[in-house]
Amino acid sequence: MARKGDSSRPTARPPDRRIIGRALRKVDATSKVTGATKFADDLAFPRMLYCKLLRSTQPHARIKSIDASAAAKLDGVQAVLVGRDLPIPFGILPVSQDEHTLCVDKVRFLGDPVAAVAATTEETATAALDLIKVEYESLKAFASAEEAVEHPEPRIHDYGDTGNLHKVIDLEFGDADAGIAEGDIVREDLFFFEGSTHLPMEQHAAVAQWSPDGKLTLWSSTQTPHYVHRALAKVLELPAARIRVIATPNGGGFGGKSDPFSHEIAVAKLAMMTGRPVKITLTREEVFYCHRGRHPTLMWVRTGVKNDGSITGMHFRSLLDGGAYGSYGVASTYYTGALQTVTYHIPRYHFQGARAFTNKAPCGPKRGHGTPQPRFALEVHIDKIAEQLSFDPAELRLKTLVPANSLTANYLRVGSMGLGKCIEKVVEGSEWKRKFRKLPRGRGVGLACSSYISGAGLPIYWNNMPHSGVQLKCDRGGGVTVFCGSTEIGQGSDSILAYIVAEVLGIDPFDIAVVTADTDLTPVDLGSYSSRVTLMSGNAALQAAERARQIIALHAAKKLEIPADRVTFADRRVSDAKDPKRGMSFAEAVQLAEAAEGTIGTVGSYTPPQSAGKYRGAGVGPSPAYSYSACVAEVDVDPETGIVRVPTIWIAHDVGRSINSAAVIGQVEGSIYMGLGEALMEEMAYRGDLKVVHKIPSLLEYKSPTTLEMCDVITYLVEDPDPNGPFGAKEVGQGPLLPVMPAVANAVYDAVGVRIDEVPITPEKVLKAIRGKAKGEAGRVGPTRFPDIPWPEPTRVPTPWEGGDGKAVVLAKAP
Amino acid sequence: MTTESKIKIAFDVNGEATEVAFAPHKTLLEVLREDLGLTGTKHGCELGECGTCTVLLDGTPVLSCLVLGLACAGHAVRTVEGMAQNGKLHPLQETFADLGAAQCGYCTPAFLLAAEALLAANPKPTRDEIKEALAGNLCRCTGYIKIYEAVELAAARMRGENAEPRAESLYGS
Repeated sequence: MARKGDSSRPTARPPDRRIIGRALRKVDATSKVTGATKFADDLAFPRMLYCKLLRSTQPHARIKSIDASAAAKLDGVQAVLVGRDLPIPFGILPVSQDEHTLCVDKVRFLGDPVAAVAATTEETATAALDLIKVEYESLKAFASAEEAVEHPEPRIHDYGDTGNLHKVIDLEFGDADAGIAEGDIVREDLFFFEGSTHLPMEQHAAVAQWSPDGKLTLWSSTQTPHYVHRALAKVLELPAARIRVIATPNGGGFGGKSDPFSHEIAVAKLAMMTGRPVKITLTREEVFYCHRGRHPTLMWVRTGVKNDGSITGMHFRSLLDGGAYGSYGVASTYYTGALQTVTYHIPRYHFQGARAFTNKAPCGPKRGHGTPQPRFALEVHIDKIAEQLSFDPAELRLKTLVPANSLTANYLRVGSMGLGKCIEKVVEGSEWKRKFRKLPRGRGVGLACSSYISGAGLPIYWNNMPHSGVQLKCDRGGGVTVFCGSTEIGQGSDSILAYIVAEVLGIDPFDIAVVTADTDLTPVDLGSYSSRVTLMSGNAALQAAERARQIIALHAAKKLEIPADRVTFADRRVSDAKDPKRGMSFAEAVQLAEAAEGTIGTVGSYTPPQSAGKYRGAGVGPSPAYSYSACVAEVDVDPETGIVRVPTIWIAHDVGRSINSAAVIGQVEGSIYMGLGEALMEEMAYRGDLKVVHKIPSLLEYKSPTTLEMCDVITYLVEDPDPNGPFGAKEVGQGPLLPVMPAVANAVYDAVGVRIDEVPITPEKVLKAIRGKAKGEAGRVGPTRFPDIPWPEPTRVPTPWEGGDGKAVVLAKAP
Repeated sequence: MTTESKIKIAFDVNGEATEVAFAPHKTLLEVLREDLGLTGTKHGCELGECGTCTVLLDGTPVLSCLVLGLACAGHAVRTVEGMAQNGKLHPLQETFADLGAAQCGYCTPAFLLAAEALLAANPKPTRDEIKEALAGNLCRCTGYIKIYEAVELAAARMRGENAEPRAESLYGS
């Protein structure tokens, strides 16, 4: 396959593999480097109108009146929409359908959309917004989860578990208190993880087109065209069969384009009203209002540990600041308690989590979705435990690893588990043993680990259909077209389909046309979130390709007069395994099959295995496979300024098996980068006054790492193939982000002896801790209390080793 | 709305003499994307903060969202569409594609042009010089590392060296 001039040639000598694992060019790389890729804002149609949204200037208020009559009369304005025009609510989760396209009776954060205008130019649409008069009646606004806990009234939403608490969860697996009491030491810590945002370079954009025959088409920079399709059908009351959603390649997603959004529905409705194409491109400031990023999270953890390092029990509490709407928040809340158990063996475990509504841009899924916060807490907590027990933190972790092929206390089924290997790799590569607690003051190393899901075991809305589907069409010229609903957001999902089909059919990935993310053309894939795409669409593609191979092999075998299982597919040829000279081109083999059977097309689909947990809340956490990462960060801390610099991060990631190793490393490096930003500088911060104004809705003021802050990254790929992954592959897009923040925090402690128990670890915090320590204080910056939450009676689930079957038990209430 | 009459300018776009008429308030970014259909140039903020709209003006990287179209009359503008010649990718485009220096690809045109300007001035930049030259361009996908490696590899090839990517950057350490 490595012919000179072939665009798919490997860029270095690969290990002994054909396609899977090789560092091939991505199928869309050429169009990306030539600027040919059409992102949503690159689309333009004749007679296209431009849409602008009027956004709330109040963080929490009743809408007394909206008068858009003057805007409607402005020359060039074609249509105006207000909340009552689209009264049906929507939301990504069935349990929180709490958003309206445009606010109906109240606004819940500064930036909440209240009206939409379509005009012949963007300037006219903007001018029209100024003519819309909105009268507000201000309500008390809440800027933090603690405030929302303290004030159940006024309620931001009229639904939710209690007051301004959207969701309150209490799950107990075995008697955690008794377990903790068995520890030789009991350690309790508090942590805070500040919110941060995705900051994709592409601002969200969407274009809608309405045809008088009743068909609506929406192009949008969305990670989840299937869910947008459902939301449009619901809100616009159109048959889904008349709606076509096309996800344009996303200019970065990171979770921020995973919800159905107001602007998508608004342009669709405006297109229906005007009969003309309508486009919207959000300003950068508006992207900050769409948000759905990392939940600011306060955490408390209490763990019992034996002197030999084994954990006897853990109690973990989280309080999430959800912002103004539900979004994925219920799932996010469960995720802050779900994956603690898949790295270190925790025999008894109690999780309590709460999500508050506040008057800020809604939080949701950002890379790692709900798990980077508890992972930060857990890995710093473990670092402190190791010190208390005089253990090397790497050794302590290695002693307590969850075994492969086991069930955790909360009924997560761990398959392949390469964390031990990962730890060994970074310990060796970073010269950990030579450096830890031995570097001069100001220089330090820190270690942390993590795990992440390769897709969620359950779909977002209840159904028993596949999570991913693929159709495959073989052309008699030897080309193959793969159709899949998966959405390319830069992670390489289009390429994965081509590589897997090419591997099975023995053709070149560039002989394959990939058609994705179009609800008219492609079978459903649930979307590019929860690191599910390689595993799920990959398995669907694998099944479709194997079925095609079977059909083609049958007819090639007849011609070659050999048994079908002796037919091999390689180098665009179909031949006899025993005598490779006997054979034919792949195209000829397709022609034989087509002559015999008619058009050659197959399908494949993937449904994750059944979860082991049967309790309420068991839906969040199960995954077909868990990835593992270990990370060592080296830091330079200036004790005079508190500035933390990170020269190098060593990361080992258990990806199961690389489909394209260069793409895997790209995901690892990108994850390290984003984690470094969260560790040191990124914060979605608000002014804490009554206005709850976002401090910094711009790319300049929202600090993110540039080339000058980015560290060197030494990557080790650990391949522990998982039977559930295509060719053994597990996720890589999110997991490697998780250990960065705790590794940096632990390294800062190694460097200057202070604990910064919250991120970002800013110079102010480091300096405050250093100065405090010099004065004889604890040398710590971090939260000091966890508020009282009205926790419900716990759902009690006996652990597998107590004879549990994954179901909750009903206990009589204590007197 | 006020309707400003369009003004016509003549300038060089990717080596071609080009005339275009547009409303005088338009930025170079808008003229390129909306009036010339050159949508390869992207935008991330339209405030001069992210570098995503970088193009070359007489060989120098500029933020096209901060340059008025009118100011380009008589000058030469180079966009990503001008990099590949006769159906062949520019060496930087080759290495960006091969190493995975483009993930979502949205910031890529800007990085390519900033890198091209760097290599024109400094054919053998150090890693630190590359970082400095690209410090005004944000990328949220790659962590920049594959971009540095792609620039270094392309620079070596443009110097006529028979360079290959490092095995570690493709297969790990």
